[in-house]
Amino acid sequence: MPRTLFDKIWDLHLVGQRADGRDLIYIDRHVLHELHAHHAFAQLEKQGRPVHRSDLTFAVQDHTVATKPGRDDETNPSGSAFLKAMRAGTRKNNIRLFDIDDPEQGISHVVAPELGIVLPGATHAVPDSHASTVGGVGALAFGCGTSEMTHILATQVMAIKRPKTMRARLEGRLGAHVNAKDVALRLIAELGVAGGRGHVVEYAGSAVRAMPIEQRMTLCNLNIEMGGRSGFVAPDDATFTWLAGRPYVPKGAMWDRALAHWRTMTTDDDAVFDRDVTLDCATLEPQITWGTDPSQVVGISGRVPDPAAIDPGRRTAAESAFAYMGLDPGTPLAGLPVNRVFIGSCTNSRLPDLQAAAAVVRGRRVAEGVVAMVVPGSSTVKREAEAAGLDRVFRDAGFFWGESGCSMCAGGNGDRGLPGERCVSTTNRNFENRQGPKVRTHLASPATAAASAIAGRITDVRQLLSGAV
Amino acid sequence: MQPFTRHTAVAAPLLRDNVNTDQIAPIGHSRGLKEDYKTMLFMRARQREDGSENPDFVLNKPQFRNAGILVTGNNFGAGSSRESAVWGMLANDIRVIVARSFADIYRENCLQNGLLPIVLDPQDADAFTAKVIAVDGKAPFTVDLTTQRIIGPDGFDLGFDIAAADRMRLLEGLDDIGLTLKHMSDIVNWEQRAAAAQPWLQTAHDSRR
Repeated sequence: MPRTLFDKIWDLHLVGQRADGRDLIYIDRHVLHELHAHHAFAQLEKQGRPVHRSDLTFAVQDHTVATKPGRDDETNPSGSAFLKAMRAGTRKNNIRLFDIDDPEQGISHVVAPELGIVLPGATHAVPDSHASTVGGVGALAFGCGTSEMTHILATQVMAIKRPKTMRARLEGRLGAHVNAKDVALRLIAELGVAGGRGHVVEYAGSAVRAMPIEQRMTLCNLNIEMGGRSGFVAPDDATFTWLAGRPYVPKGAMWDRALAHWRTMTTDDDAVFDRDVTLDCATLEPQITWGTDPSQVVGISGRVPDPAAIDPGRRTAAESAFAYMGLDPGTPLAGLPVNRVFIGSCTNSRLPDLQAAAAVVRGRRVAEGVVAMVVPGSSTVKREAEAAGLDRVFRDAGFFWGESGCSMCAGGNGDRGLPGERCVSTTNRNFENRQGPKVRTHLASPATAAASAIAGRITDVRQLLSGAV
Repeated sequence: MQPFTRHTAVAAPLLRDNVNTDQIAPIGHSRGLKEDYKTMLFMRARQREDGSENPDFVLNKPQFRNAGILVTGNNFGAGSSRESAVWGMLANDIRVIVARSFADIYRENCLQNGLLPIVLDPQDADAFTAKVIAVDGKAPFTVDLTTQRIIGPDGFDLGFDIAAADRMRLLEGLDDIGLTLKHMSDIVNWEQRAAAAQPWLQTAHDSRR
């Protein structure tokens, strides 16, 4: 019987079935972060249970680390206890920690693929809802809570009901300055914030095949914003080329053997998905959110929608979003003055994201009064960007160039906006108060964010570069 | 885990869709590992800008201050996977959430902590919501997991569905890790098979070291 790639990975990782009907799925790689790990370490200690496979477990300090150059444990006072608890817990349990001063520290979802810790056809779990970012290399990844993290530490399996399958075919050639972020936002707008609930989504189609691996990660990162259980792109030659030579990737004869297996990691031609959706991306323009959930999206030339034109089920939320965002229906997005721009997070902080932003910024200045930040997704990305001179481009333009971490995505490290500020952000959630109390977040791509920083208002990057703005 | 059998409490209506975990349990206001989950719950909605209590928020209304059942809309618990969004409920003695649907991770976090997540179909959800609004906190409801019924004032009686395995786990307060550890031999066998078939998965080695 033809099978989807999800079915193949699931079946290969099925350890058994529990009496309560849950499948036990082996987790090949488990990555912890400091915001939640201390709970799990305390639970294990209380229960007297050891970590079953500390050698397949990794840990990062990302959520609470300061981004200020020269940072240490105390730079963000509210993170200090978390950093120390993580250090103590990983030492005690013999888990490799990418600590605050490690040259390869960074956001878990950036570090794991960049070092080749996650692999095609492998399973992965992180106590963080954006775990499926690594679906960009063809891994099946699950975000989980603290109890499930503790469970995985003790057993190396997840007890989980088999999800449904969905295929999202993203077709067509993307226009200039349109990328995975724009595609993902449009898809969330079409399907809604619960459109993927209960499903593992395979992203397929010509637009996806043409995406570099980093963009595939952006696409899979945003899977949870439509409620998806997991999301991935089947690996292909671009994936294998991207992975080859990374530190944790198998080498020599083992690489050849792994590669032969990875080439079978595709969905069979006649496989049937529980749901199949298609999005034509050829005519897509850069996208931006206008509201307070990631489905409230318009094209950059669009306007805040008229409530009458909104599906009745989404109208109440829209009306509350108008008030929070300080926007009236019918207002064009382009031209709205911005106070702050953030480029970073597990969504858009890899080297090509910074390159796309730098290409817009080069030779220009951040508009007067705009606070603009770039926070690389890992210390490796930061080093590579600096080697390419990108830090100079950003600094010369008036951007803050920070140390790597989650930063303003959720503000867990103290990087936040001020009440009432309008912020164009390359992150994943425009929820109320997420980037600081009363901060008004507009999600967009790195190119759009960069263009908006330069112009001091929400800007169509294509117009900025053509000199029309 | 604390078992769940029956819970009698006031039911409060929070009639919105897509309530996310940033709203339920905002992060970043505490400097320690020991968070005050009771205060954290819906902290931003509970307070006005000047820090005073927001009298319009449902859980601040006199009749709902001690609510132990929350009634809400679609996709409750969307967003971040943080389990504090469940711990905050328990710290406030809210042990049942009745929704039209839950976000996947949030529902799992409920089951892990003895918080009963009930999903009602649209017709039953409409009926229950109408009753909760009419009762307006003047009388409690009893949610009984053994009989799978919600009993309320004036003969209100509504059945609900829940997967048998989830029901058993809540009723018995089963230790989830303990359930899985019964399969440790399966896990070790799987590891041995994987080490032969896909050996690159059973080692995670930094080739530079």
